[in-house]
Amino acid sequence: MSKARASLGRTAGVHIALIAYTLVALFPVFLTIVNSFKSRNAIFREPLALPTPETFSLIGYQTVLKQGDFIGYFQNSTIVTVVSIALVLLFGAMAAFALSEYRFRGNALMGLYLALGIMIPIRLGTVAILQGMVATGLVNTLTALILVYTAQGLPLAVFILSEFMRTVSDDLKNAGRIDGLSEYAIFFRLVLPLVRPAMATVAVFTMIPIWNDLWFPLILAPAETTKTVTLGSQIFIGQFVTNWNAVLSALSLAIFPVLILYVIFSRQLIRGITAGAVK
Amino acid sequence: MGSLQLKSIRKAFGGHEVLKGIDLEVKDGEFVIFVGPSGCGKSTLLRTIAGLEDVTSGSVQIDGAEVGHVAPAKRGIAMVFQSYALYPHLTVKDNMGLGLKQAGAPKKEIDEKVAKAAGMLSLEPYLARRPAELSGGQRQRVAIGRAIVREPKLFLFDEPLSNLDAALRVNTRLEIARLHRSLKATMIYVTHDQVEAMTLADKIVVLNAGRVEQVGSPMELYNRPANVFVAGFIGSPQMNFIEGERLGDTQAKTIGIRPEHIGLSRESGDWKGKVIHVEHLGADTIVYLDTEEVGTITVRLFGEHRYAEDDIVHATPIIGGMHRFDADDRVINSGQ
Repeated sequence: MSKARASLGRTAGVHIALIAYTLVALFPVFLTIVNSFKSRNAIFREPLALPTPETFSLIGYQTVLKQGDFIGYFQNSTIVTVVSIALVLLFGAMAAFALSEYRFRGNALMGLYLALGIMIPIRLGTVAILQGMVATGLVNTLTALILVYTAQGLPLAVFILSEFMRTVSDDLKNAGRIDGLSEYAIFFRLVLPLVRPAMATVAVFTMIPIWNDLWFPLILAPAETTKTVTLGSQIFIGQFVTNWNAVLSALSLAIFPVLILYVIFSRQLIRGITAGAVK
Repeated sequence: MGSLQLKSIRKAFGGHEVLKGIDLEVKDGEFVIFVGPSGCGKSTLLRTIAGLEDVTSGSVQIDGAEVGHVAPAKRGIAMVFQSYALYPHLTVKDNMGLGLKQAGAPKKEIDEKVAKAAGMLSLEPYLARRPAELSGGQRQRVAIGRAIVREPKLFLFDEPLSNLDAALRVNTRLEIARLHRSLKATMIYVTHDQVEAMTLADKIVVLNAGRVEQVGSPMELYNRPANVFVAGFIGSPQMNFIEGERLGDTQAKTIGIRPEHIGLSRESGDWKGKVIHVEHLGADTIVYLDTEEVGTITVRLFGEHRYAEDDIVHATPIIGGMHRFDADDRVINSGQ
């Protein structure tokens, strides 16, 4: 923006609004992390206070690391999330490419059909999914979760990516065809790099619900070896007594892997935007 | 070598027919330009030659071989696009060499050919750069270089100059003309700019609504247009069209006279009229007249003339400047 247009008052107003939003968004995260470092009494006496030498305690983290196989839970969550995102991006992008690039009978209907999943929650099919997993012997495996999450993420991925792929220059794809690139090479080497910002967006939108999901791990893979972090943390929430130290510590730990993934994807996002394309 | 034959090419998208039976023959080494208004099917025709669109019916032959079912890369063609269509993630050198690399040429041969093409287009200093680091004119030269490296039988240009500014357009036009002379290759070029068409072409193909209106050298089209459409499309400002009846011609429905074939005088002439607008271009003066006899006409005078709005002047068509068209808009005779 030019200096002449941005008046001081307006800039200040924008910044105040943004700072206020940032505070509201970060407050629960801040509260979780701060309280995870306090003793149980201190959490209840002064929930908003920072940990002091008297109230500082690592009891929550100790409990989390002692009880159950939390490293294993993290591993499970990470495997499920990363593999699901990879599959969603791969298959979503392929379907989107076919929809946006080729003219065939029923193209529009197929696009609508693939996007239908955005409007219908996959959890409605839980019973059928469970029956299917039981029949195929996939209950209590990470594969079951990966399959379900891939199905859950695909509709939005196809929808967003096909819109973006329509914006990729036809001339570029045709130039590739004349230079002898196969359709696969055009897809992987010309189109995918150009829709990287959209891929990063889809990855972020897909990742968060998968990482945080409690429903499907609880139903499809509740065994000790296949528990995810979210499911693993539930052991500290009891009907009568909740071990808040442990719950807050587990949640604090669970934030970091997502944060790392998010940083990776948002880097891609910025790089994608700044890369020069046609014209 | 690079000759091209099109036989009754038809192309329909859904129920909509874009190309309605096109026959054309291009000889080896010719520079052929397709011109026409937007939506006339000229780009679609170029794409069917390239193999980027399938024809609905008809045959495309390159060097006498039917290529209807041959992939674009195997047709021996190269194409230059309006939007340059350079691969953004590759350097200039890799952009130019990709076609040969895909065809499995040895690295040494690719390097030699790229170096040669870069030399022809003075692109040597930019070989290591990416397209994003180049200006529009440089990018289009890279795109042309990419075509040269492939040593194709046919060069296809799809409005290559439309994205360039006016000065660069003239330079690049000269460059393309020079290339055609030095490579002696067959080139097919699509444009909607008649100046490009007139200056570059050996042969112009005027297309309208999916049909060929006329094929001929630039001067043939200018001097002997086959119909009203071609007469109106070639030449700027547009030819004046006057109803035959107004000039007492019972045979011709329309009579066309180019603006530069009318003389003006303050004293006497065939048609008396009032000046409604004057455009002073330095080299030319364009005068718009409202006449009693033939309605509104445009007159193009060479050099500077001091006519002003509301002046009363007399216009006279020069001998041999009239084109007579019949009721079907076809030419009866030119140069009357």
